[in-house]
Amino acid sequence: MANTISFRLNGKPVRLRVDGNRKLLWVLRTELELTGTKFGCGHGVCGACAVLVDDRPVRACMAQVASVGGKKVVTIEGLAKDDDLHPLQKAFMEKDALQCGFCTPGMILTAYGLLRSKRKPSRDEIIRGMDGNLCRCGAHTRIVDAIQSAAAEVKQADR
Amino acid sequence: MNANDDLPLDFQENDPTWALQAHPHSRREFLKRLGGGIVIFVGFGGKLAGADARFGQRGVPNDFNAFLRIAEDGRVTCLTGKIEMGQGPITSLVQMLADELDAPYESVDILMGDTDLCPWDMGTWGSRTTRFFGAALRAAAAEARGVLLELASETFRVPVSRLQAKDGVIFDRKNQKKRVTYGTLAKGKPIARHLTVKPELKDVAEFRIMGQPKLRRDSLEKVTGKAKYAADIRLPRMLYASILRPPAHGAKLRHIDRSGARKVAGVTVVEDGNFIAVLHELPDVAQQALGRIKAKFDVPPATVTDENIHEHLIRVAPIGDVAAGGGDLAKGRKLATRTFETTFFDGYVAHAPIETHAALANIEAGKCTVWASTQNPFGARDQIARAIGFPGERVRVITPFVGGGFGGKTGNMQAVEAARLAKAVGRPVQVMRTREEEFFYDTFRPAAIVNIRSGIDDSGRMTLWDYEVLFAGQRGSEHFYNIPHHRTTVRPRGWIGGRGTHPFATGAWRAPANNTNTFARESQIDLMAMAAGADPIEFRLKHLDDPRMIRVLRAAAKHFGWTPAKSPSKRGVGVACGIDAGTYVAAIAEVAVGARTGEVEVRRVLCAQEMGIVINPQGATIQMEGCITMGLGYALSEEVHFKGGQILDTNFKHYEIPRFSRLPKIETVILEANDISPQGGGEPTIIVMGAVIANAIHDATGARVRRMPMTPERVKAAMR
Repeated sequence: MANTISFRLNGKPVRLRVDGNRKLLWVLRTELELTGTKFGCGHGVCGACAVLVDDRPVRACMAQVASVGGKKVVTIEGLAKDDDLHPLQKAFMEKDALQCGFCTPGMILTAYGLLRSKRKPSRDEIIRGMDGNLCRCGAHTRIVDAIQSAAAEVKQADR
Repeated sequence: MNANDDLPLDFQENDPTWALQAHPHSRREFLKRLGGGIVIFVGFGGKLAGADARFGQRGVPNDFNAFLRIAEDGRVTCLTGKIEMGQGPITSLVQMLADELDAPYESVDILMGDTDLCPWDMGTWGSRTTRFFGAALRAAAAEARGVLLELASETFRVPVSRLQAKDGVIFDRKNQKKRVTYGTLAKGKPIARHLTVKPELKDVAEFRIMGQPKLRRDSLEKVTGKAKYAADIRLPRMLYASILRPPAHGAKLRHIDRSGARKVAGVTVVEDGNFIAVLHELPDVAQQALGRIKAKFDVPPATVTDENIHEHLIRVAPIGDVAAGGGDLAKGRKLATRTFETTFFDGYVAHAPIETHAALANIEAGKCTVWASTQNPFGARDQIARAIGFPGERVRVITPFVGGGFGGKTGNMQAVEAARLAKAVGRPVQVMRTREEEFFYDTFRPAAIVNIRSGIDDSGRMTLWDYEVLFAGQRGSEHFYNIPHHRTTVRPRGWIGGRGTHPFATGAWRAPANNTNTFARESQIDLMAMAAGADPIEFRLKHLDDPRMIRVLRAAAKHFGWTPAKSPSKRGVGVACGIDAGTYVAAIAEVAVGARTGEVEVRRVLCAQEMGIVINPQGATIQMEGCITMGLGYALSEEVHFKGGQILDTNFKHYEIPRFSRLPKIETVILEANDISPQGGGEPTIIVMGAVIANAIHDATGARVRRMPMTPERVKAAMR
């Protein structure tokens, strides 16, 4: 059953004719060719597919595409403004907070949501906030460091 | 010691003329593909062949071991059959090449895991990239530097001895106006050089780029979503496949009704015997259509489960081989005033990379190209060629970024399936495993049993060590303590059990065998230290001769702030050490154990490591941190549950890998050892994690947990 769904994707308007029951993840990765959003588990338990919907992290493997109608969707490809990386992206690079990189988009976007709800989270709050995102390489300590160091930057750069 | 002493190349056995005659056409074709410039080839042979058993054997293209190319614009490309799965060779290999070549670090690009362009490689595993390939790459770079110096010497009519190479430029020491860039020298000449003389590698004192901590070179792509993994490649007209899978290993398809799937618009069903796949332009629609296939399987009765597996394994274990031994066991027993017999158990553990296996295959003009998440692209190429009946040179495997491997991405089943389907439908086909398929087809780290009988005399000296390991494998099974009467038996040597052993596939898992062996050995050593009334570090030091091990143990104790005490001291601190991939590791952990819950909280882990010359201290540190974090999983929570061939853990809901909330404070120390050639870095630290936590639990509670993972239930049971 095809529906027409409109939303803003990475700052640009998108109009799609798709079955609204389909999961956002597959529409992003296939029709929209935004492959930065990763498939990890298909049950919303690993966080590799996290995207921002109206600035809040959402698991794209669980969200129906119809649910983002009229909303603002940001994927990892849309986080940097032009060539200006988001402080979280910069911090992940500076702290080497990644290895294979597969969980990284979901980590960064989940951390984005965390920093929006809490400007200067404590280490414990970061750990709690990120606990639903899985990393197999063991980059955890560096991810926490990166989020902490980005927190200071985000304050100024928040948009 | 000169670094050259460890160069695993034997130049006498390298006969480039033979290789050139063997494949003249393909060689020309190859140079064309690379696009000119200077190309340096190195023939594998001799010691390298011995180190990597399959080198130099059938099917290895001796003439295609091109290691680097210098283009006319001066950019250098490092070519390697190794792959990047997070462990960091994308950075460290570039450091090695740039340094030996005297080229700017920024001028070097790296091309990895493309079977048409890169030198043949067995696979990326065993912490071998730096130890073995690194040495060969450095030799190639040093040779290239020699070629450039010769070319400059001809250009300037100045002897090579008067020339100096620096940052991609060669100049005359006596007349610095005479200078030429590498790019200029490479202009208009497709030069293919074969390494014939053993080149001089730089000594550590001459390193400019090696030994410097370097950040990852791939992080910009990875934080912006631009990094491509196998499932991210898109081709026009491509289809996504979902494949019918049995509910259990060993199940036989009895009846199938595909009519439901066929009704879905745009679906193609491919059938080739029991290989049945549903293809669609949208991956989720293919998956849904697969769900409409009604299939009935005959599932063989489950005789083994995760509960009784060890009894089964003990029954079917082969007699095995003696891997090491010395002295006389009967004498050792006689000398012992106290003996200790312990059996340790380990369960099956999954690799569980966050990227599931994926591949995209495309057949065009008689050539099959497959983008695959694999640790061994050349192995994948051969498997694909056999499966679709193509000659090897008509198959190309390209390895994009790999989203974690840990030894689990070596089977290439998904790449073969994609190629078979692409051949069947005449369109590009992607196969990407669901998480359930990933768990089902994983080659688990095998469940294992270790039996140890050991003894000490009145003075607290070990006199006896009789060790046998069932099914984990040999790596790390040999102890390194000074024990006069000892034997190590491996039943069998490998980690892949024979028929009738495991109800599913097993394979190499980060530092294979060594995790289980170090858990057992270091637990038993601790147990004896306690019986001897000795501090566990002092007890170890008393039985050590190896200066490298003594050094890491002392370093760990010093940096941790260890104060000697008899265990259990109630402080919850434990120690463990081991050797893996030539690297020495000692760790100390601090834990807290819930008295009523049995819950183990690891508060602090300090690890000291000596790995010879360090190429990238930053990368090495990160591998240590990763190993410590990942190792918490097999130590505390990870275990595959199953009923016969049916895997009960099919997702991260049930299978608990380490999370942020499990994180201890992690400290790492890398000891300088510039007189030792570079050793392994991707795996060694993980081997101590089981034992160091077990010993810390014992120190906290007096309870000895002999089975991994050390779940709250097992810890509670041990405390009773």
